[in-house]
Amino acid sequence: MTDTSLTAGLPTRYERPSALAFLGYALGVVIILWSFAGAGFSIDKVISSPPRFADFLDRAFPPNVEPKVLARLGWKMLETLQIALAGAVIGIILSVPVALLAARGLIAPTWINQIVRTGLGFIRAVPDIAWALVFVVAVGLGPFAGMLAIAIDTIGFCGRFFADDMEAADKGPSESLTATGARKLDVVACATIPAAMPAFISTSLFATEKAVRSSTILGLVGAGGIGIELKVGFDLFDYPTAMTVILMIAVVVISIEYLSGWARTKIIGEQR
Amino acid sequence: MCVRCTQTLASLSSTTSSVTNFDIETLVAPARPDRTGADISAPVLPVDLRVTGLAKSFAGTPIFKDVSFGLSRGEAVAIVGANGTGKSTLLRCLMGLIPADAGSIDVLGTDVRGASNAALRAMRAQMGLVSQKHNLVPRLSVLSNVVQGLLGQKPGLRHWSQAFAPAPSREAALAALEKVGLAHLASRRADRLSGGQSQRVAIARALVGQPKILIADEPTASLDPAAGEDVMDLFFALARQEGVTVIFISHNIDHALQYGDRVLGLAQGGMPLDARAAGLSAEELRGLYD
Ligand SMILES: Nc1ncnc2c1ncn2[C@@H]1O[C@H](COP(=O)(O)OP(=O)(O)OP(=O)(O)O)[C@@H](O)[C@H]1O
Ligand SMILES: [Mg+2]
Repeated sequence: MTDTSLTAGLPTRYERPSALAFLGYALGVVIILWSFAGAGFSIDKVISSPPRFADFLDRAFPPNVEPKVLARLGWKMLETLQIALAGAVIGIILSVPVALLAARGLIAPTWINQIVRTGLGFIRAVPDIAWALVFVVAVGLGPFAGMLAIAIDTIGFCGRFFADDMEAADKGPSESLTATGARKLDVVACATIPAAMPAFISTSLFATEKAVRSSTILGLVGAGGIGIELKVGFDLFDYPTAMTVILMIAVVVISIEYLSGWARTKIIGEQR
Repeated sequence: MCVRCTQTLASLSSTTSSVTNFDIETLVAPARPDRTGADISAPVLPVDLRVTGLAKSFAGTPIFKDVSFGLSRGEAVAIVGANGTGKSTLLRCLMGLIPADAGSIDVLGTDVRGASNAALRAMRAQMGLVSQKHNLVPRLSVLSNVVQGLLGQKPGLRHWSQAFAPAPSREAALAALEKVGLAHLASRRADRLSGGQSQRVAIARALVGQPKILIADEPTASLDPAAGEDVMDLFFALARQEGVTVIFISHNIDHALQYGDRVLGLAQGGMPLDARAAGLSAEELRGLYD
């Protein structure tokens, strides 16, 4: 037996879109098609590309595994990882105070939150490779410019997400500590940050993965790391070496992702 | 269970030896002449808290208005009322945790609505709050959580964790845990406790600073009956022996009548009930929920 008076109150399973929503969808489709046109999408090129790609593969394989080259690339890869790690760590550490200022309702008034968030948005809007160019100009060619680029890129990412994590953290403990008469800074240190810590760790691991990925191409603009080898390989049509570089990057990036996934479950997976 | 509460009381009753073997009846005797010798019906005691014409609404929805009452030092007061009548909201207003819309609140000589942040902190440092949810900081040890209860009186890094805390603070924290019978869990992580244990740690955190006013929002809701009685006995003893003003919210009518000197009732957007517990019957209180 169903109570009809109750059933009548049920919402319909699917909402019929309003005329305005329908217009919105149509506009969306038009924009997407227009974008394909703008990107020079050409069926001809799609059809003609596999043979050219096969030609590249043919010339790139087998990859260059000369011990001398492998050793050189290995050292470059190590430098890449050092750039990534150093930049990520500096960025993550600096992100904490920045995020404190960016988080709404924490320690800073709203207008400061707005300014800091806008600044972080700007940092994210500039691509990492552009930051690398800027720092190459500022501090000269080499890994230090790359590290600075990674650090600033990490601040743009972690500053924003740390702030979101703290805003989303359970407010209960901070209210209870506020009720003891504690100062705002003490409340943040004792309640807000510990409550957001698992999210911080997760965000930091993502930032590190991202840093490793970025660091592999910074060399393209002379900011250190293995990217320079890729550029030289292509410039000199030394495709086997370029292929070795690509494979090395793939292996390292995938390993880092596994490692960070493992660390994530290890550190925060056991938490209730 | 009762061995513990007896010990607790023994430690508290340096002045009154008769309390070690107390039973509720003698303490709840209507006249209660034992307090500071004075009869409360003639309020000669200093007033700790006075609320006049308090109103609060959330986003245009009025929760209560024109709430007025005063509390004398050492008084134990129960606040009762149906779910959503604004009991927790009232307590938050009292501590200045959320702004009230109208009226005046005076707590320990501080004008809560007009006070500076520093004055509010100084006032809160003399109060203890046990929230409806225990609100412990997870991942920190039980002892650290209790040490943090001293942050109002001793701000700064040293009270962020039991590890940096000065010896007297760590000892005070352990003593507070002892009062709620959980000293043996001091090094346990706070998120590895049962609900009732968490609530008792939260009580220890509220007590560690030796508050003049203790505010407890359903302190016994997650406690088993025996532990609930212990906690209420403890609050009651604090009011009696140490002159702590105790305000507690309870959905337990028997607790309200047994442990409260006075009962305040919220209903229909106001406070229609403010009466001495001794003259109230359980029936009258139930009427408040209709
Ligand atoms: N921050 C808030 N924003 C909006 N509405 C709120 C907020 N806090 C509480 N309320 C509303 O105010 C009313 C009173 O809430 P309050 O928590 O004070 O009730 P209560 O008397 O403590 O109830 P209970 O017995 O269930 O604990 C409720 O209707 C609640 O939904
Ligand atoms: Mg409540």
